[in-house]
Amino acid sequence: MSTPITLSQVYKRYGSVEVIHGIDLEIEPGEFTVFVGPSGCGKSTLLRMIAGLEPISGGKLLIDGEVMNEVPAAERGIAMVFQSYALYPHMSVYQNLAFGLETAKLPKAVIKEKVQRAAEILQIEPLLGRKPKQLSGGQRQRVAIGRAITREPRIFLFDEPLSNLDAELRVQMRVEIAKLHRDLGNTMIYVTHDQVEAMTMADKIVVLRLGHVEQIGAPLELYNRPANRFVAGFIGSPKMNFIKAAISSAGGGQIVLDVAGQTLALPRTLAKGAPGDAVEFGIRPEHLSIEDGPGKVPLAEVSIDLVENLGGQTLLYTRVPDGQPLTIVLDGQHDLGPGSRITARFDPARCHVFDREGAVI
Amino acid sequence: MSTIASSPSGVRPRKQGPLVRFLRRDGAGYMFLLPWFIGFFGLTAGPALASLYLSFTSFDLLTDPRWVGAANYVRIATADPKFAASMRVTFFFVLFSVPLKLAFALLVALALNRGMRGLPWYRAIFYLPSLLGTSVAIAVLWRQLFAGNGLVNTFLANFGIEGPSWISNPNYSLSTLVILSVWQFGSPMIIFLAGLRQIPQDMYEAASLDGASKSRQFWKITLPLLTPVVFFNVVVQTIEAFKAFTPAFIISGGTGGPINSTLFYTLYLYQEAFGFFRMGYASALAWILLVIIALFTAFSFLTARYWVHYDD
Repeated sequence: MSTPITLSQVYKRYGSVEVIHGIDLEIEPGEFTVFVGPSGCGKSTLLRMIAGLEPISGGKLLIDGEVMNEVPAAERGIAMVFQSYALYPHMSVYQNLAFGLETAKLPKAVIKEKVQRAAEILQIEPLLGRKPKQLSGGQRQRVAIGRAITREPRIFLFDEPLSNLDAELRVQMRVEIAKLHRDLGNTMIYVTHDQVEAMTMADKIVVLRLGHVEQIGAPLELYNRPANRFVAGFIGSPKMNFIKAAISSAGGGQIVLDVAGQTLALPRTLAKGAPGDAVEFGIRPEHLSIEDGPGKVPLAEVSIDLVENLGGQTLLYTRVPDGQPLTIVLDGQHDLGPGSRITARFDPARCHVFDREGAVI
Repeated sequence: MSTIASSPSGVRPRKQGPLVRFLRRDGAGYMFLLPWFIGFFGLTAGPALASLYLSFTSFDLLTDPRWVGAANYVRIATADPKFAASMRVTFFFVLFSVPLKLAFALLVALALNRGMRGLPWYRAIFYLPSLLGTSVAIAVLWRQLFAGNGLVNTFLANFGIEGPSWISNPNYSLSTLVILSVWQFGSPMIIFLAGLRQIPQDMYEAASLDGASKSRQFWKITLPLLTPVVFFNVVVQTIEAFKAFTPAFIISGGTGGPINSTLFYTLYLYQEAFGFFRMGYASALAWILLVIIALFTAFSFLTARYWVHYDD
């Protein structure tokens, strides 16, 4: 069942404090949308407003074209998986899965069938008789998802569901949730502060900061064309390098920047700003190299502070001549040590320039 | 070549005994514990063991105790109508006052757990009766309120109702004491409130998304998750109810009347000990009460596994 969701100028205020500042958002039927942003950006609040757990102070929430602002949570056709799992500790796994169905007063045979189906999907049939305290973190997470599945909702909401799991289990559950979305086809909204989760799972990412939407788009769109410095820094790991620079000249389809004592000509037009303006030059660590190649130009001669060999990749923590840090990610293994000096190179088509306010130029 | 270490004066240090070593190492700690040891052995364990011995004697405080074997216990079991009466009164009091008090305490705790303003003030106000409740002053006040011409009947008279004499009528006297006990709901209420605060909010949110009404949330989530606190309150309040003394003593003037209707077990024990100076007999009564409380507590703990839900 796939259901569209529309947020139109949605506000949230606690007394005189406004925490969500007029958000507009369209979520397509069956889309996996991820709300991502740092702590306090309002992503969980927004999710809870959609769920009906927080009243909406202003604007409209439409689910399947119907205004839902005043509709009780239980009648929105939504199931939610909580960060803490919110399993009832005194009930068995079966009772946890059946709770919503019993509340809806469904016949026992129907309840049993639905619980069995959810248990099969999540491979938790052997756990049905156990209490939550007898389960591991990953198993609890499955039960929490199973509880959502049994209700056959129109929309699934996930509030940081993997944040209590260890790294290995997170990866495993990430894959399982993505598979679940593919199999069920429901509209799903997923909240996380982990940009890797957002990049790997989402059809659409909504980047939030301080109650504002910074950018909405597909994962690679955000990665390749961030709208501003915040999104550029938030999406991608290790994060993008930002180096203080100044516009030297612009014209003829190119901008010339002074970056770390180097003059760089970048193939782009200057939409705003003027020569002499201070800007920031952004380049992702994985878009830097130390070898010459087609399209590569030298950025600066850098000195290596630290080398991290990850086997498949080598991370170099370096400094440009004026002391600003620059991280470089190289494929494979490299015999480099701290104190070495190398020339960092980049492809001018893959760099970014931001003005003083952080907007992309 | 081996050498023997010696002190500069050439005198070998004297070896310390274990007692000296113990006192040097732990003496200060035990000195701090001494007041508690004196209190425990002098005022609790000592008298308790003495009363166990006295329960097998005839002792009037004026002459030496005389060993009578199990005679006191035999008489209690076979030839003491007041023992039976006091048991009836006490069990009635426990059976009605404990559930009513706990239900009322839970109700108030639920009301206070709604995130209202000025909560600390309400908590203090509701707790006040528990601080004052077992005092003599409150029992005296209670006697004035529920007397034949007391405030309660004056209030009822406004509606044309002629109230009975709550205290001097044996049909109402014990119920009045039950109401006085329920009024002292503050202590279990505070504990319930703390328990309610421990229940994670997202359980209720998950339940509300599942369409559970407030009533279903209470019966299916709140109450089961509160059972450890309910268990604690049941045990503590039942023990307190078995030991209740002051209200019955003040309201009945120490007689347990009218017609033994407020003859609490502890009041009867008091009469035997300090009214008739039958210390041996009173000691036997005290040990029977101890056994009853111990049996009840053991029963509570044994059944707890079937109805108390612990999270870990």
